[in-house]
Amino acid sequence: MNQIIRPAPVRRSVIVKADRARAFAVFAAGMDRWWPRTHSVGSSPQRRVVLEPVAGGRWYEIGEDGSECPWGKVLAYEPPARLLLAWQIDADWRYDPSLVTEVEVRFTPLAEGGTRVDLEHRDLERFGDKAEIVRPMLDSPGGWQGLLALFGGVADG
Amino acid sequence: MRRAILERLGRGPQPVGRLAEGLPVSRPAVSQHLKVLKEAGLVQDEAEGTRRIYRIDPAGLGEIRRWLDQFWDDALTAFAAEADRMDEATGKGDNA
Repeated sequence: MNQIIRPAPVRRSVIVKADRARAFAVFAAGMDRWWPRTHSVGSSPQRRVVLEPVAGGRWYEIGEDGSECPWGKVLAYEPPARLLLAWQIDADWRYDPSLVTEVEVRFTPLAEGGTRVDLEHRDLERFGDKAEIVRPMLDSPGGWQGLLALFGGVADG
Repeated sequence: MRRAILERLGRGPQPVGRLAEGLPVSRPAVSQHLKVLKEAGLVQDEAEGTRRIYRIDPAGLGEIRRWLDQFWDDALTAFAAEADRMDEATGKGDNA
């Protein structure tokens, strides 16, 4: 019954009117301006998101109480074409330096103007290396909320 | 009801009969809910003798994947709004 599940990467795309250089700048250096404040793993409400604009740079959030909560790091910083991030938040919503999943963001100029932004979050099977992955998700209030919101009709039916 | 079933399974693997004991619905109804949960990738089942034991999917990769899918969808939507807002604010002259 137990089979190895190798999930497909998560892929999302969006088209913006901005040119490639601006799109890259808003995504990377300007991340704090658009990152949804609800997308936080810190214990304190999120005040700021920081992505250091250099390969090897840190990627973290700062809470209202001044505490820093690391998310991962910048693996490649190649404006205006590509950004490669290490997402190191595990299913327990905690930073885990031993967990590395990749988030690649590509910026492609469109002939008619504007830019297509393709995001791929891969290596998801690495989450599965952590035992008891679902339990903490279910136990944390945020985890439940996220899970239930996600499954909406399925979970509440 | 399915939330209640998930919470019970969170305490450990159980057969349908035992799950149904503490719930105000019939055993066939519990089976039906389990079927939906299984299709959603939330639970797994395993034959043990003549009965089936249900448990929460231990890898949970389906859930993680779906969660991240929604997460990045929200994030990119917010990003696009900001990028377009900046574009409007600075005028098209920059790009012309």
